[in-house]
Amino acid sequence: MEVKPSSEQEAARLDAVLQKIERVRQARRHKFYLRDERITLSHGSGGKATHNLIEGVFAPTFSNPLLDALDDAAVFSLDGSNLQLAFTTDSYVVSPLFFAGGDIGKLAVHGTINDLAMAGAQPLYLSASFILEEGFPIADLRRIVASMQQAANDAGVAIVTGDTKVVQRGKGDGVFINTAGVGLRRARWPLGQTCLQPGDIVLLSGSAGDHGIAIMLAREALDIETDVQSDTAPLHTLVAALLESVGERLHCLKDPTRGGVATALNEMALASEVAIGLDEQAIPVHPGVRGACEILGLDPLTIANEGKLLAVVASEAAEEALAVMRAHPLGREAAMIGSVQAEPPGLVFLRTEIGGMRVLDMLVGDPLPRIC
Amino acid sequence: MKFVDEYRDPELAKRIAAEIARLSDGRPLKFMEVCGGHTHTIYKHGIEDVLPRSIDLVHGPGCPVCVLPMGRIDDAIAIARTDGVIFTTFGDMMRVPGSKGSLLDAKADGADVRFVYSPLDALKLARQHPERQVVFFAIGFETTAPSTAVTLLRAKAEGIKNFSVFCNHVTIIPAIKAILDSPDLRLDGFIGPGHVSMVIGMRPYTFIARDHHKPVVIAGFEPLDIIQAVYMLVKQISEGRAEVENQYTRVVRPEGNVRALEAMARTMELRPFFEWRGLGFITHSALKLRSEFADWDAELRYEVPGLRVADPKACQCGEVLKGVIKPWECKVFGTACTPETPIGTCMVSPEGACAAYYNYGRFSMAAERDHLRSLSQTP
Repeated sequence: MEVKPSSEQEAARLDAVLQKIERVRQARRHKFYLRDERITLSHGSGGKATHNLIEGVFAPTFSNPLLDALDDAAVFSLDGSNLQLAFTTDSYVVSPLFFAGGDIGKLAVHGTINDLAMAGAQPLYLSASFILEEGFPIADLRRIVASMQQAANDAGVAIVTGDTKVVQRGKGDGVFINTAGVGLRRARWPLGQTCLQPGDIVLLSGSAGDHGIAIMLAREALDIETDVQSDTAPLHTLVAALLESVGERLHCLKDPTRGGVATALNEMALASEVAIGLDEQAIPVHPGVRGACEILGLDPLTIANEGKLLAVVASEAAEEALAVMRAHPLGREAAMIGSVQAEPPGLVFLRTEIGGMRVLDMLVGDPLPRIC
Repeated sequence: MKFVDEYRDPELAKRIAAEIARLSDGRPLKFMEVCGGHTHTIYKHGIEDVLPRSIDLVHGPGCPVCVLPMGRIDDAIAIARTDGVIFTTFGDMMRVPGSKGSLLDAKADGADVRFVYSPLDALKLARQHPERQVVFFAIGFETTAPSTAVTLLRAKAEGIKNFSVFCNHVTIIPAIKAILDSPDLRLDGFIGPGHVSMVIGMRPYTFIARDHHKPVVIAGFEPLDIIQAVYMLVKQISEGRAEVENQYTRVVRPEGNVRALEAMARTMELRPFFEWRGLGFITHSALKLRSEFADWDAELRYEVPGLRVADPKACQCGEVLKGVIKPWECKVFGTACTPETPIGTCMVSPEGACAAYYNYGRFSMAAERDHLRSLSQTP
């Protein structure tokens, strides 16, 4: 026979459970801890494991006021000048080197341009460093370099310095590329992931997950045929149009690369201590990406993009920002996907298609090989 | 998108949920799903949010990753560390901790561990690398066992000798039996696994209705599939019936898939007993390779520690799997045990009840509190 607990016991049990749930909520908002003894592929996924590594090793050691913001680019002025510069760097280790919609070279140029653009800067100069593996075909290298120059020409930036190293066969994966970039900051107001305010509207410039799925499908193990192409593109002209029309009502720009839209929004929610509510049905996802995600058990919102941006704007500027994005070739499918709320801070949640509600967490560390 | 959107219609969901509320008339009901895919769908789409609060979904031992005991993972890691071996596994097995680290750690340490989407991909690797030994880490219920069987048949037919299978396939019916025999059981019915039933058919579940008087509804994996299955369960209860019904008629045949069962029977046989994480040893609950396939049996080919490793003391995966406690009632949930640092396997796979709850848990503290209060008021 079951003994029914007294109401006090029941209340105490309930309190204990509620405290636990509150602890989980705190833990989610919390600092990142690095417990691993070795680097695993998860540390490169762009999700939580990557944050654990950055906050466990790099950030505390290198700590300085410019770095501590942990934004895509550092922004600073030179003595006596009222010009602000943005400075960033990124490495590219994608496999395969050539894929539907692009190649590693194009990606290396676009990625760094986009990091500068997200800081509200106009990209000016890039560097390019190559780590080449013994035996790598020169013809492939020519193709990659030509693609980089083409991408730089199209974007109106110049590659002005560089470096080359060669490693023994088996010590690299064909070619790794690092690019750094300098840009001139146009936005002269607070713009970044700490600047979200309750009431703001979140816009996404186009469909989610194209790049990551294109790369995954390019790997031989998956025999899925789709028309999905990488979305790799330089976003600085789209950003320039937004800065011009929306001005100070633009609060944050972020390109949802590794870890996807979910991770980028979680970073913003944590940095600004706000909640972000999304409407799943409003988020554009191409049928090919959606289909591949259904088959592979992936969430398009945690898949990488290389030519999309998230813009957070004051609510009165949302319609205008949407119109500006849709008028730009890279923002034709732009959509308002959610809004910023005060409570509960640090959390991103999603109203699902079926009408349910759930938390949308950061990518935790996928078992999939690197994709950008 | 065709074949997806039809199963996610919010208006229809609302209508069925209202009908469930009417039929159940506020009576609290607990249903267990015994398929990790269902657990994942329930959390991913926030289905508990759509259903009336009186309906409680309990997430049973349906995730093959979650029920694998640590000793077997240690064995897998030992094989993976053997010289010359390419060890292949499904992706979500990579992060599951054994007693000394996971396959991902072994990989970081230098073991050649690769993830594949199918055992046939592992066989392909064996053909491409005749100088290496390729081992496939076979896990899963009757859903994945047929593809392992077909791969074994093909390896034998082609005479591929540098390929072997570390077999950990388990069968769902003995696990359900163990749960039904558990003294702390408080369930009102089962949502039957869709893909497993596609293979085994409907007949193996009849004892649940006949001997235990609990209704079973085999369901598909879209949100409306689950909601409809709950409706069918509630309807059975309101009409005083306990039967095995099939909601997933577009895939599941009453007799199952005879060819898949045949392939399994040709390559595998029941083990006398097998350990399930959290549930302990269950008789006739797992499969091993038949002696005709001894040449492809990694358990015979490699020396493995074969030790039984006790679950961490703090871990309450067993109670979670049996539905005795909710994930957040576990002592270490969300504190010592998180998706990044899992202690119990329920936290590792995204299909695990704890990981699903942690990742997709209800967002609103207020709603959580109300729900818990309503649960605690149940008689």
